Amino acid sequence: MTAADRFAADSSAAAEQRMLELDDLGVTFTTETGEVNAVRGVSLHVRPGETLALVGESGSGKSTVAFAAMGLLPGNARATGRASIRGTDVVSAPESELAGLRGRTVSMVFQEPATALDPLTRIGAQIAEVIRNHRDLSAKEAAAEAVELLRRVGIPEPEQRATAFPFQLSGGQRQRVVIAMAIANSPSLLIADEPTTALDVSVQAEILDLLRGLTAEAGTGVLLVTHNMGVVADFADRVAVMLHGEIVETGSVEEVLLHPTHDYTKRLLAAVPRLAVAETDPAPVHTGAPAEAPAIGEPVVELRDISVRFGRGRNGVRALDGVSLSVRPGETVGLVGESGSGKSTAARVALGLIRPTSGSVSLFGSDLGRMRSRARRSLRSGIGVVLQDPVASLDARMSVAECIAEPLRVHRRAMSAQERRARVADVLERVRLPRTLANRAPRELSGGQRQRVSLARALVLEPRLLVADEPTSALDVSVQQSVLEVISELQAELGFACLFVSHDLAVVQQFAQRVVVMRAGRIEEQGPTASTLLYPETEYTRRLLAAVPMPDPVLQRQRREHRLAGQTMGGSEVPA
Amino acid sequence: MSAELRPDQAPGTPASATPPDPRPEPEAATGFRLAAGRFTRNRLAVAGLVVVVLFVLFCFVGPYLYHTDQVHTTLTQVNLSPSAKHLLGTDAVGHDELGRLMYGGKVSLLVGLAAGVLATVIGTVWGAAAGYAGGWVDAVMMRVVDAGIAIPALFILLVISAITTPGVFGLIVILGLVSWLVPSRLIRAETLTLKNRDYVLTLRAIGGSHTRAITRHVLPNSISTIVVAATFQVADAILLVAYVSYLGLGVQPPATDWGGMLSAGLTAAYSGRWWLILPPGLAVILVVCAFNAIGDGLRDAFDVRGRG
Repeated sequence: MTAADRFAADSSAAAEQRMLELDDLGVTFTTETGEVNAVRGVSLHVRPGETLALVGESGSGKSTVAFAAMGLLPGNARATGRASIRGTDVVSAPESELAGLRGRTVSMVFQEPATALDPLTRIGAQIAEVIRNHRDLSAKEAAAEAVELLRRVGIPEPEQRATAFPFQLSGGQRQRVVIAMAIANSPSLLIADEPTTALDVSVQAEILDLLRGLTAEAGTGVLLVTHNMGVVADFADRVAVMLHGEIVETGSVEEVLLHPTHDYTKRLLAAVPRLAVAETDPAPVHTGAPAEAPAIGEPVVELRDISVRFGRGRNGVRALDGVSLSVRPGETVGLVGESGSGKSTAARVALGLIRPTSGSVSLFGSDLGRMRSRARRSLRSGIGVVLQDPVASLDARMSVAECIAEPLRVHRRAMSAQERRARVADVLERVRLPRTLANRAPRELSGGQRQRVSLARALVLEPRLLVADEPTSALDVSVQQSVLEVISELQAELGFACLFVSHDLAVVQQFAQRVVVMRAGRIEEQGPTASTLLYPETEYTRRLLAAVPMPDPVLQRQRREHRLAGQTMGGSEVPA
Repeated sequence: MSAELRPDQAPGTPASATPPDPRPEPEAATGFRLAAGRFTRNRLAVAGLVVVVLFVLFCFVGPYLYHTDQVHTTLTQVNLSPSAKHLLGTDAVGHDELGRLMYGGKVSLLVGLAAGVLATVIGTVWGAAAGYAGGWVDAVMMRVVDAGIAIPALFILLVISAITTPGVFGLIVILGLVSWLVPSRLIRAETLTLKNRDYVLTLRAIGGSHTRAITRHVLPNSISTIVVAATFQVADAILLVAYVSYLGLGVQPPATDWGGMLSAGLTAAYSGRWWLILPPGLAVILVVCAFNAIGDGLRDAFDVRGRG
């Protein structure tokens, strides 16, 4: 019995008022390589109607806390301490008691709506099943209630939609169905583990609005697990910051996000890229992007009227439709859009990985379509590539040095092993990695280090064009910042052009001189980043910008109110 | 993009703090060592490995310790029961049965191993080519495999061995040619996912050749699937050799293998001369089971998909 335990016992009356109370919670995993203390001494509570955000970077243990609170830890995990939901201790309670608790008193919303639903069962039936698990209702009553729930979570035509299968719904609609299942039995506590991370920003904003409305209505306590400070600012009342399995700072959302006290929280917040918006920032000094030397010269890559169709006939999908864009020497062009907008497809056409159905691509002034394959291959030595997934980007069977040296083996066949080693050591230094990393295996590196190795490989041939497809979106914000810094420093030094694909408008705003906004395979608008993202011309870009949550609770509340009132038509109309 | 201070940023926030990557990841154990650890914890697989090693020693080292004449017939010493002089007795033409078990085992193991490896090599090349090429090339190549699988391997094997009378080398080639189909399917499936890995896309985007993509990335990364497939192929091949030789279509006397010994001892079964039937029969069963156990162990250790 620790002092904390005794204190908890004394204040059991207070515990009644707490939907969730964790007291000195610890979780230890037994793995093949030994014991891992994933969570240590975590104490927190959630009161009725309150949202507590548990934030931290990957590996901080925040999801483990959420699963421990549900009693859903995997078999190789051991929990210690107390985790009580309305007075029932989840750590010590038998499985039968937990089963009665889950879905009724506490329920969960997961990150990936595609896998949270059974693909072979109609959504109405899935919701009805959750209802009948806990309440004695007839099939008919449960079905009627399921339709009502679908209406509450904003699914249009719920009577018809109840008979749909998950694959017939969009990602956002699926997450609405998951939420409908979570609130089906009016739980007192909702645990949401990265509920909007798999969704586009505009859908994210809608889902957060929905959750806010539903929980405020019913006085539900929410434990929100997220890495996104914007989501925290938009949704949470209080925040707990986790680092290496421990809570380092707790407080109200205003305290933690605006006046953080712990060094780690400060660093974390400093690393979050912030979108500059006209409403609050009427005279933006655009310090982020390097002073715009007007991009001159022949474009290094130019897509002219590109269309791409996947599949044939009626099942064909038009992935790109009349896309024209160019990147000139030394400039960075940001390619943004929601998922499915075709931004990655456009990048892959530029890389020559996808052959366009119509239109032409010219690389360094030569038309790719009219060249022999050998000439085309040698032309490609002028391209560097960094892709999204830090794990899949490097061949696990090669050492770091072999990964980086691969382009040299392709294009500089005459190079001696010694020269190659020297060159690898040189680029490793340029991306700010120690030379000693050369002989390590990629799996021994962290995600940020791996992306820097990818970058080193991309730069080893001194390319004239770097194509980066979401190079930092799998990384934590603090790591993202350092990787982006390395890229822009090297760009200033080596002068390569960069085609930068990202879904993150704030990152593009800081990083690119020109921006191309894509939507459903077409270019919605393009222009200099400074003007396009501050004073967008199209309604679509405006909505996209308005949906980006800002990591500042006060500002975000204003933005939300403007957005909901439909007033965020243009920056200049709503001065702060 | 030096971390810029915006008006909404909290005062006192360090302007450019580049924190070290938060996770040092002290993961020292390599993938291979993890797999080896998982394999050794699988008792059945280890037992299988021990059995195979023992049989290899028995067949290839044994003859140097236990000298017997497996070439000349000794008609004065036929059908002897096991005794101190002939530990497993003698067969119908006077060969020492224990020595024959070693002598025949050499052929069985050699042909099985070589045929299994050959089948895996052919299957790997075919499957990798089909999967990597994709499109109609893939479709045609895999329909060939489907057609091949539709015809029982044993039937083709019997027809071929009936037309030609194969030696050891011929048997290896024939067995290899009839059993590469299943590995080719496995490797194709593996190739389909590997060819779209980011590191292969990156290589192609900078102008790397297809050959390089296949030999440097696709094949090395499917090595675990290949090894597992090969293990099962060896087991199958040893069994197939036994079939074929049992039917008298395998290696010809005076050479023999375990299947041939079974065939020769068939009549003896009715006259109580168990030493002519049980040892080669048990040897085949033990070795085939052992290889399958190893294959299962490797599959779990490498975490790859199973057979066919």
